[in-house]
Amino acid sequence: MSLLKPGHRGCAGCCDALAAKFMLDALGEDVIVVSPTGCLEVFTTPYPESAWGVPWVHSLFENAAAVASGIEAALKALGKKNNTKVVAIGGDGATLDIGLQAISGAFERGHDITYICVDNEAYMNTGIQRSGATPLYASTTTSPAGKVSIGNPQHKKNMPAIIAAHGSPYVATASIAYAPDMMKKVKKAAQVKGPTYVHVHAPCCTGWKFEGSKTIEVGRLAVETAMWPLYEMENGQVTGVRKIKNRKPVEDYLKVQGRFKHLFTMEGRNEDIKKIQEIADWNAKHFGLE
Amino acid sequence: MRKNMVVVEGSYAVAHAVKVCRPNVISAYPITPQTHIVEDLAQFAADGDMNCEYMNVESEFSAISALVGASAAGARTYSSTTSQGLALMHEVLFNASGMRLPIVMTVVNRALSAPINIWNDQQDSISQRDTGWIQLYAEDVQESADMTPQIFKLAEDEDVLLPAMSCMDGFILSHVYEPVILLEQSLTDEFLPSYNPEFVLDPKNPMSFGAFADPSTYTEFRYKQEKAMGVALKKIEEIANEFRDIYGRYYGGLIDGYVLDDAQIVIIAMGSIIGTIKDTIDELRKEGESVGLLKVRSFRPFPTDSIRKALKNARVVITLDKNISIGKNEGALCTEVKACLHNTDNRVPVIGFMVGHGGRDIPIHMIKKIINKAKLVEKGIFVESEYADLREDLA
Repeated sequence: MSLLKPGHRGCAGCCDALAAKFMLDALGEDVIVVSPTGCLEVFTTPYPESAWGVPWVHSLFENAAAVASGIEAALKALGKKNNTKVVAIGGDGATLDIGLQAISGAFERGHDITYICVDNEAYMNTGIQRSGATPLYASTTTSPAGKVSIGNPQHKKNMPAIIAAHGSPYVATASIAYAPDMMKKVKKAAQVKGPTYVHVHAPCCTGWKFEGSKTIEVGRLAVETAMWPLYEMENGQVTGVRKIKNRKPVEDYLKVQGRFKHLFTMEGRNEDIKKIQEIADWNAKHFGLE
Repeated sequence: MRKNMVVVEGSYAVAHAVKVCRPNVISAYPITPQTHIVEDLAQFAADGDMNCEYMNVESEFSAISALVGASAAGARTYSSTTSQGLALMHEVLFNASGMRLPIVMTVVNRALSAPINIWNDQQDSISQRDTGWIQLYAEDVQESADMTPQIFKLAEDEDVLLPAMSCMDGFILSHVYEPVILLEQSLTDEFLPSYNPEFVLDPKNPMSFGAFADPSTYTEFRYKQEKAMGVALKKIEEIANEFRDIYGRYYGGLIDGYVLDDAQIVIIAMGSIIGTIKDTIDELRKEGESVGLLKVRSFRPFPTDSIRKALKNARVVITLDKNISIGKNEGALCTEVKACLHNTDNRVPVIGFMVGHGGRDIPIHMIKKIINKAKLVEKGIFVESEYADLREDLA
């Protein structure tokens, strides 16, 4: 049985639950998991129940990396480190926004920890508000499309590059739609000594507004359109990419999601879709995806 | 000078006390006037005199967060901070106490911004009153050092398990050089047992920490913290006595008195101001004034019963606060002392004076002036809480 036990309160088709399950499948039992505040924390631990079959701790929203670094320091001090891996798994808000400073500090200090960002591109636990990971023109509850708004006006923050700039020995992007690839990367991140990072793209059916049965399908479209490039970086250099055969236009990805619906129903939005296509084109060229 | 005494800085005495408590994980972020403590600890670690993980973190928020993780993993944990740093920790303080993690921290008391001010008052720790942390206040350098193993023992007691702050006045205690006895390793090993918590993050026995509690369970978590504070009330006294038995020094348990029993006028205060008050009382006693001192050592848990008993014969009570609850026009100690007397027959007037904010000196003549003002109550003149040391040219 999975180390993420059944009976948790995740939505049908929940991306967080899949990410946590794949992570534990990859890591096994000799792990201590830290979760910042977010959907995953809430739906897995309604007291007195817990879905976690491994030691797990939640402290606050913005401090998972600091908590993880303290656990790692304690294991070393107590002579209990051995092969135990300390892993933090947090959402995009906890990672790219409010927890960024603590992550920067922990990575700079060089703790032997792995940080996994489960990126569903908005604050889903609080009701689909925009984060620093929300992509261009996505409509969220705090960046809604409207008469004078085309949704989120900012580009998604490039978190893997920020982590790589800290000198991390291993940084990878992954997707819950490619489970074997994700598990391979999580396992590698845990095996590499030092602070390592896996950024997992995770379509949220509730927040992105698609059927819960389509989570994997939407995740695959993000990769197949090059909206989410899959790559690995070792010591700052890109050392591996997942190639795309017959790259699809971004419309294929956008049109299946309610958060981009306005781009297809409002007049004159073709130019905006072109701007999103430019992002995918840049990804394809920069990472040599084709 | 007594045998074994050395002249060291207050920060060094405390850092040395921390060292002999054998912490497993220390996290540190520099802020005046706490810096000397963490510098001394860093040097101990650098010299191999202390077997612990010393973490230089990027903020006070991470300093305390790292200790949440370390403590949950079973480590004895320590940090030190002050003022803005303690305020930045605010959210985590609630979290550490709610998770029942016995983290120990020395708070080197300092004023809060704005205006920015690096000098001593006690606004910082008083503002963390309701975070569920034990708060003890030391009178001098020796007590600050000696409080360290006492507070580890208290926090880590299996019936307490609450985080605790040992408070010492910034500069006045942290930067003063005075003769102290550095805590002996052998005595400290005898006094302070190793920390072996029952609940830890361990892959061999997985447990979940920091779960989500809905309205049907949340209240009882809070209630159990309060119960633990109740246990701490007894343990503080017991631990102070055990400390006296082993080290031969004693500073009171929850409270301490100085010519208190027969005193008609009782001054209540916390921290380094105690010394000045004692000198003032010595002078006034020679003049025949019936003045005594009640030193509050434990502000959380608040020693309600001890204070009620101690004030039985008082005719005027004066509280001195190095903090202010703005909008209430009195300090927290004043409010709490009044509140603890309210549902009793004792209707002694309690008059609060706010002093020493942002490091303003509190000389003996100031305390005498305060006593004379408070005495007006005995003549039937109503005296309300006030700032005792306002500059009229600026006010």
